[in-house]
Amino acid sequence: MNTDNEPLLAIRNLHTCFHVFEGVVNAVDGVDLEVPHGETVGLVGESGCGKSVTALSILRLLRCPPAEIQGQVIFHGRNLLDLDREGIRKIRGNAISMIFQEPMTSLNPVLTIGEQIAEAVRLHQGMSRREAWRWAEEMLRMVQIPGARARAREYPHKLSGGMRQRAMIAMALSCNPQLLLADEPTTALDVTIQAQIMSLMSNLKEEFGTSILLITHDLGVIAEMASRVIVMYAGKVVEEAPVKELFKEPLHPYTKGLLGSVPVIGRKAQTGRRLHEIPGTVPSLLEMPRGCRFHPRCPKMMDVCSGEEPPTIHMGGDRRVCCWLFAKT
Amino acid sequence: MGESTTANFHHVRTMRKDSRLRRNWAKLRRNKAALFGGALLLIYLVTAVLAPVLFPGNPSAPNLAKSLERPSFDNPLGTDELGRSILGRIIYGSRVSLLIAVGVVSVGLLVGVPLGLISGYYGGKVDFGIQRVTDMMLAFPGFLLALALVAVLGVGLKNTVISIGISMVPIYIRLVRGCVLSVREEVYVEAARAVGTRDPGILMRHILPNVMVPITVQTSLGMGTAILFAAGLGFLGVGVQPPTPEWGAMLGSGRVYLFNSPHVATFPGVAIFLSVLSFNLLGDGLRDALDPRFKL
Repeated sequence: MNTDNEPLLAIRNLHTCFHVFEGVVNAVDGVDLEVPHGETVGLVGESGCGKSVTALSILRLLRCPPAEIQGQVIFHGRNLLDLDREGIRKIRGNAISMIFQEPMTSLNPVLTIGEQIAEAVRLHQGMSRREAWRWAEEMLRMVQIPGARARAREYPHKLSGGMRQRAMIAMALSCNPQLLLADEPTTALDVTIQAQIMSLMSNLKEEFGTSILLITHDLGVIAEMASRVIVMYAGKVVEEAPVKELFKEPLHPYTKGLLGSVPVIGRKAQTGRRLHEIPGTVPSLLEMPRGCRFHPRCPKMMDVCSGEEPPTIHMGGDRRVCCWLFAKT
Repeated sequence: MGESTTANFHHVRTMRKDSRLRRNWAKLRRNKAALFGGALLLIYLVTAVLAPVLFPGNPSAPNLAKSLERPSFDNPLGTDELGRSILGRIIYGSRVSLLIAVGVVSVGLLVGVPLGLISGYYGGKVDFGIQRVTDMMLAFPGFLLALALVAVLGVGLKNTVISIGISMVPIYIRLVRGCVLSVREEVYVEAARAVGTRDPGILMRHILPNVMVPITVQTSLGMGTAILFAAGLGFLGVGVQPPTPEWGAMLGSGRVYLFNSPHVATFPGVAIFLSVLSFNLLGDGLRDALDPRFKL
């Protein structure tokens, strides 16, 4: 159906801004990214850097106004931003589905688990009530919920966080989507459950060939799951690289800072160093610094950084970085 | 001591069953005032349903020979100026007031809830339009609004229901809108949109069931208010018209004889008081039982 070099999803120059009382907030400012067929792409960055807004913009789940989305989101050769309401509705949950950060609140407390999964199937696959219910049970079995038949009849408050996230994954995968947007799927879970959910997602990805856009601030999760990594800072992509190269040799000072601030067990004992921190705080989206947005916090700040925005520099082997350090003048 | 042990025992037992309905019922049952309200309401309902059994005969047929009699064995609550049994008219009046209460709340729910849902969910210009009209209606005291509407629509049972119903619509709109504003931001609503649920589906399946608790409470309290308003209109002579036995109208016609035959006005007043009390006590109890902040 598709040529292999065509990515499944291509975002070109995405701008998402919010018109608020204080002014215009540019939450996503010119993001380019691609998700190839069958791959997991990690999107990292700290809170408020525009990761989630990027994902919500893809499915147009933001309320417009106050939000305003511009640019292109090309999925199967079609710009999702041009589709009408019904068009985008048919994509949601069907070709592209989404998992949210908060499993405790992302299931409706007044509907049973089965009903909620069956709803997605009935909307898109035209199954009857009974077929959809059976399918929902099947999906719960697939995400390894013990006693799936009985669980389907239960309300969300009876399930633990990990189980609810499994149910969410079952819901998201129920229509066999080509792309899964996973917005911090493990952030609210404890570590052992995180590992289970991650391996579940990997297995399902292998089984169904689903591409995943994995949004997280957890670099450990990225290292385990993703094949490519995109680093965002203050609404912009600052670096993109294959996962191994990024961890081996981060280029952007912000990426270096991020990787440096991950605690490694035993490191202090070996080197006697304190855990690294990035000085300062993320700038307010209303008052972005001129030039490179990272320059007030950057250890390698140069004169040019505060004046002009850095260009995106394509390095060899699918790498790009947005920093004056690498610009050849 | 003994009582608290029983309460704890109930607590443990209900927790084990772990059913929301059961837990709420247990909480409601421990609320004495709500139980009293519920019991009053039950008596009221039974009276309305069994009226022909409790009082055989026509409550509106005059018998001038017996006018303004004091309470006696034949007429336990006495007779009015036309010699009709006040007990009989109160019994039949319960049907009228119940009909009004249900009718008024239905009008309020059917008009107010959908408008509140739409206003809260869509926001923007739709919300602005609906809310400004609501503001205008809320600017009048509820009873005055109902009175003005009666002046436009005319008297009678149907128009009484419609007028009071419309005067309650803004209350439901505000209540539902407020709840929707908070529920629509819940992640599960966003998740429902993310799986491609259409707006009507989101409103009916995901939002409405989550705002049912305040609506239920308001419905119970609203029934009490409706009876009071209808009695008020009846008292002023612009509500349900004679010879239909209506409590407010009975009160109104009885006030002329207040000094010589106080029973004519007193007993219908007591009936109004008790019926409104029953709805209010039950409504308060429901609010406490269904409020998640008071979860055990």
